[in-house]
Amino acid sequence: MEILSFLADGVLLALLPINLFLIVIGVTVGLFIGAMPGLGSVNGVAILLPITFLVPPSSAIIFLAAIYYGAMYGGAISSVTLGIPGASTAVATTFDGRPLALKGRASLALVTAALASFVGGTVANIFFTLFAPLLASLALSFGPPEIFALMLLAFATFVGLGGDDIPKTVFSICFGLVLASVGFDTISGEPRLVLFDIPGFLRGIGFIVLAIGVYGIGEMLWTIEQTRGEITSMNPKMTVKGMVEDAREAARLGWRGTTIGSILGFFVGVLPAAGATPGSLMSYGVAKMMSRNPQDYGNGTPDGVAAPEAANNSASTGAMLPMLTLGIPGSPTTAILLGGMVIWGLTPGPRLFVDESEFVWGLIGSFYISNVAALVINLAFIPLFIWMLRMPFTILSPLIFVLSIVGGFAASHSMHDLWLIVIFGIGAFFMRKFDYPLAPAVLAIVLGPIAEPTLRQSLLLSSGDPTIFFTRPIAGPITVIAIVLILLPALKLFRRNRAVVHS
Amino acid sequence: MRQGEISLAGLLALFSLYLMWKATDLPIGYIRGQGPGGGFWPFWLSLGMLLSCLVIAWNWWRGKTPASRSDEPLMDGFGWRTVVLVGGGVAAFVALISVVSMYGAIAIFLFYYLRFLGRHSWLLTLGLALILPIGLFFFFEGAMQISMPQGMTFTQPFFDVMYDIIY
Repeated sequence: MEILSFLADGVLLALLPINLFLIVIGVTVGLFIGAMPGLGSVNGVAILLPITFLVPPSSAIIFLAAIYYGAMYGGAISSVTLGIPGASTAVATTFDGRPLALKGRASLALVTAALASFVGGTVANIFFTLFAPLLASLALSFGPPEIFALMLLAFATFVGLGGDDIPKTVFSICFGLVLASVGFDTISGEPRLVLFDIPGFLRGIGFIVLAIGVYGIGEMLWTIEQTRGEITSMNPKMTVKGMVEDAREAARLGWRGTTIGSILGFFVGVLPAAGATPGSLMSYGVAKMMSRNPQDYGNGTPDGVAAPEAANNSASTGAMLPMLTLGIPGSPTTAILLGGMVIWGLTPGPRLFVDESEFVWGLIGSFYISNVAALVINLAFIPLFIWMLRMPFTILSPLIFVLSIVGGFAASHSMHDLWLIVIFGIGAFFMRKFDYPLAPAVLAIVLGPIAEPTLRQSLLLSSGDPTIFFTRPIAGPITVIAIVLILLPALKLFRRNRAVVHS
Repeated sequence: MRQGEISLAGLLALFSLYLMWKATDLPIGYIRGQGPGGGFWPFWLSLGMLLSCLVIAWNWWRGKTPASRSDEPLMDGFGWRTVVLVGGGVAAFVALISVVSMYGAIAIFLFYYLRFLGRHSWLLTLGLALILPIGLFFFFEGAMQISMPQGMTFTQPFFDVMYDIIY
């Protein structure tokens, strides 16, 4: 009951006119920033941080959290409409969101994304309200072996994503992981894999460079070549009635993915160093594995949009938990929020809930209000995004190329990276011609920087003994499940081949 | 297609070998007291890439993949033209950024694509090629405070005028 009373106070604080105004502005700004390829919540929060010094700390954090929320909703928009994941958290949304858009069902994809995000956010808010201190202590029991086991589980789900050609999928995963290790060895600090001794590689290869190259350039070239440049959009005009029908269809076909994403996303989001990206990827993989029609995934199923979207919203709320209760930021955005809190004179940590209870509960209350505001604002803007898709392809495609290049530069500030985008794009086009799945490479470059240090730290802890991943109570079961999931597609293929030989 | 698949697998295998060689700049084994060396992760993963390429070649030899059984050409004339005109256009766009600035390169690229590849009207072509770069200038330089490349010095008068509007 005490929690409910604190929550009611928090919601009332969030509903004060100044805070409500900041929530609406924050969500709208976040939505559009998140929808731009190359820009994410971190840009919005960083740029608008100085403005927050004009208002009290509780209003300031509410504003920044609203931007964070809006950007999470916005990430799905570029994944669906442009086919480019604007942020790593929206990579998995592209897998089914883009095929739905190409089938003329972009409105269904966007409505599904909005509703799944809302449910994911709400479930996460309830977990956050009820179990914050308990979950924070559980998250602390995750050391390097447990995090690496979790990464192994995420990679295991990729093998299932790559289709039947397992060697090409394995190549793609290893390729993404090697690209992630270019630049500097994070442990010894020495330069590593500076390809062809070009100094630009010292900066490493960012996720966004590969993602924009593969999806923004390679996928566009492939679409133009396959459709002979005569692609015509079939997205109908949006009406309120059409949106209601889409909402019904989204609820009917996306409930399973939404449920998996909401729960799994939150728990992965809570873990320090994990965050929303592994949460959304794992939710997509698990939803596909648990589906009765796994073959529909990748071809445009609302469940494939719902799972990662519910998960990334749920995980982004979950990522706030270690930041507030332990002072550990789980993502660049929460790191900036943490910095802001320190500047406002607040000390994140276990005492925050006691010493600054009005601030904490105001923030939690604002999560609920921001979530509702984000849903309403997102749904209101869907007709605008659909209108974009009704442009002739010969106008839309150069706009996508321009946004890819501009977004690529905005994210990295490097001409070297722009050339890499072009090279990756043309390379991806040819690899696509020979059925190399490229999504696993993009996912691997995102998770590589988490997986490598945790593997090395774990082996250092165990003096080089790899059984550390099997003997620890949390890491052991996760590792075993991951290995089973890796072997399962190979076993299925082997059985199918034997059946063909026998018949 | 058949020849293309094995050629690509061969190229990727060579690239994997290069990555393995490059990874050995740092120790690839376990160092007592320090854990795995800096080259450990990329070396073994590059070996994984190489082994995958060998399996891909083995599958090609047995005719297991659709491409390995196809005698069709990789692309017809339209396909090659697409790669050259569109892919080349994007490469030229990036090359022009250092000369005429990001915004100038956007305008030229849009003009080329809309007028010559899309065959759109002069009004639409010029309208989009002028309005979009200006809109992006205000978004990035004004709202987001992200500076884009300004090209060679001859573009400076344009930027002076535009910055006067923002500040």
